Amino acid sequence: MALTGLEIFKLLPKTNCKKCGRPTCLAFAMQLAQKKANLTDCPDVSEEAKNVLGAASAPPIKLITLKAGEKIFKVGEETVLYRHEEKFHNPTGVGVTIRDDLDGGAFSERLKKIDGLKFTRVGTEIGIDIIAVQNMSKNVEKFSSATKMVADNSHLALILMSDSVENMRSALDVCGNKRPLLWSANAQNYEGMARLAKEKNCPLIVSAPRLEELADLTEKIKSLGVSEMILDYNSARLKDVLQGLTKVRRAALKKNFRPLGFSTITYVKENDGYQEIIKASTYLAKYAGIVVLDVCEPWQIMPLLTVRQNIFTDPQKPVQVEPKLYQVGQANENSPLLFTTNFSLTYYTVEGEVEASRTPAYILAVDTEGTSVLTAYSGDKLNEKVVAKAMANAKVEEKIKHKKLIIPGLVAVMTAKLKEELGWEILVGPKEASGIPSYLRSTWS
Amino acid sequence: MEVPNVAEKWMGCVRKVTIGATKEQGGTRGNIVTVGGAKSIPYMDFEGEQGCKPVIAMDVLDTVPEDWPDALKEPFKDVLNSPAKWAKKCVEQYGADMVCLKLDSIHPDKGNKSAEEAVATVKSILQAVSVPLIIWGCEHNETDNAVMPKVSQAAKGERCLLAGASQDNYKIIAAVCLADGHCLVTQAPVDINIGKQVNILVSDLGFPLDRIIMFQTTGALGYGMEYVYSIQERERIAALSGDNLLGMPVICNVGYESWRAKEAKASDAEAPQWGSCVERGPMWETITAATLLQSGVDIIRMYHPKAVAAVKKFTQDLA
Repeated sequence: MALTGLEIFKLLPKTNCKKCGRPTCLAFAMQLAQKKANLTDCPDVSEEAKNVLGAASAPPIKLITLKAGEKIFKVGEETVLYRHEEKFHNPTGVGVTIRDDLDGGAFSERLKKIDGLKFTRVGTEIGIDIIAVQNMSKNVEKFSSATKMVADNSHLALILMSDSVENMRSALDVCGNKRPLLWSANAQNYEGMARLAKEKNCPLIVSAPRLEELADLTEKIKSLGVSEMILDYNSARLKDVLQGLTKVRRAALKKNFRPLGFSTITYVKENDGYQEIIKASTYLAKYAGIVVLDVCEPWQIMPLLTVRQNIFTDPQKPVQVEPKLYQVGQANENSPLLFTTNFSLTYYTVEGEVEASRTPAYILAVDTEGTSVLTAYSGDKLNEKVVAKAMANAKVEEKIKHKKLIIPGLVAVMTAKLKEELGWEILVGPKEASGIPSYLRSTWS
Repeated sequence: MEVPNVAEKWMGCVRKVTIGATKEQGGTRGNIVTVGGAKSIPYMDFEGEQGCKPVIAMDVLDTVPEDWPDALKEPFKDVLNSPAKWAKKCVEQYGADMVCLKLDSIHPDKGNKSAEEAVATVKSILQAVSVPLIIWGCEHNETDNAVMPKVSQAAKGERCLLAGASQDNYKIIAAVCLADGHCLVTQAPVDINIGKQVNILVSDLGFPLDRIIMFQTTGALGYGMEYVYSIQERERIAALSGDNLLGMPVICNVGYESWRAKEAKASDAEAPQWGSCVERGPMWETITAATLLQSGVDIIRMYHPKAVAAVKKFTQDLA
């Protein structure tokens, strides 16, 4: 729990020496409680106070870092329950399993397929983060040779899945430049796993089917010297898991309950290609730090990665498209030219309607710092100069012959100034994007 | 070790709304559908009732859709020219809880069909299926104001759900829904304040709050879904916190929006790197629906039977 000012006061030297710049130790304590001061301001603070206060001020959800060569994958340190309150910080890791009992050809084929799971959406590359090697064979050599294959040939971060401490140890020896995540410690094997995690400095997944057991286990493992953990609430029921993920997040953020102050992982096992992605998407939206799946078809992984891209968008920062000239269909020098702003929602709405009109066209996305048409206009981020600059940057004059520009109906008021600035004919389009198809059909045939 | 209780204590709830009327209730429906009733964050029934299971309304168009990709046309290819047969197939074969008739062809640019034709279509669907009906206008204000009153009158007593009332066009639709005993969709452009404002406007006309379903223009996965997700999440939290004028069930237009996405409709030749379009489209629709369900949704309008089946199974597992 966060400490109150009085609790902090008890840990301070109580000398009122003013070296911290506050009149009294109590005043300093109160500011510490409100996180308006730093403990380092006090030169005489005891080691004990440092430890206690340091622990109390740690983030409620522990940050975990995996390494794959130069690449670093981070999870944890979330601060809110709902994205509109601030934003979600570290995008949920998406991982795919590979079994160590696959024969050589099938193994390399699957490895190659998993490693290549990346797509480009709205100008951004999205891909999976993790490959999870499963010790299905229970065999130590098979597990370490499979791990070595993966470590040497994949760019992804690594999870090692085995209940055997001995097998885990041998696999850890061949992980090369990766810092893997160990899955898992449970009520039976936690002592050995914790010792191994400590020795190799690797984060550890803790598995149990009840939250109470998870809390017990994390405390025990912490006392063995491991602080980097991820929780695996491994109930078989969808609703249990969904509720468990919410309870863990709330316990950490609302109650500052340290035994559950960790990120979470879920392994989605389904024999149904739709339900597996439904569940993974659901867990992703509702707080899972990592989701791991067996399936890896592009039509399954791409929507899941898109859910992540959407949910982890910063709600305070409008998503922008690159400000440039976009071509819809087989547009040529006689095709209509419309402009809109580079706020992605505005742009894609316009693009969708232009596509629906089946009229090949150009859309000029004008840089308004990602604001919508009216917001941009009223904030003077959209004026005739801005449009002229965008047209010049996109070399519109070289691509379009007719010198007619269709402008959003909401800024019809810009007509005269635009005409003057550009010397083009200005056509006022519809106020709503939904009017574009009929507008284009009636004015551009 | 004991784990702290993290159940929130909510003061408010989402109102229950019943759509459809049986013979005894003055209609001809074989069954009625009740939605809403949540007293918790979606599916967190350790803090309060999670409310009625979300229902699926399958869209039926009053005209043969021109721009549907083959993967979407395929399941309906034998019924696309008959809204009544199409509706019947949705209910009997694909298990739709409701049918949503989309009156596309009354739009001046999409056929400009008359009110009489729209009425005939509505009547044919009421005959063909016994589930409750949603009737969605063409979203061209003048046309809707001319056609929807006649449609409403023709379905009087059936307690249909009619769409819809918007901030700048609500008087006529609210009046006819009130007169003919229908429920009403209040509509806003991904804006919680406008959403509430439309509810206030129609309730000022005497429209009862327990016959309102809210609609925030849906964004598909990858195309603004996160905006709607957060608005709906905020609407649910406001409802639970006791805001009466946001405590209505929510409807999403998932089918239409998802199938506009490139990722759903591109053919295999256009996008070989995305996997087979036979699964890709239905999956895009499925995941849009499933993710939005976490923000608090009560009625989902959908297109493809595969997506419908997958989402239905999911809502059953969560019940």
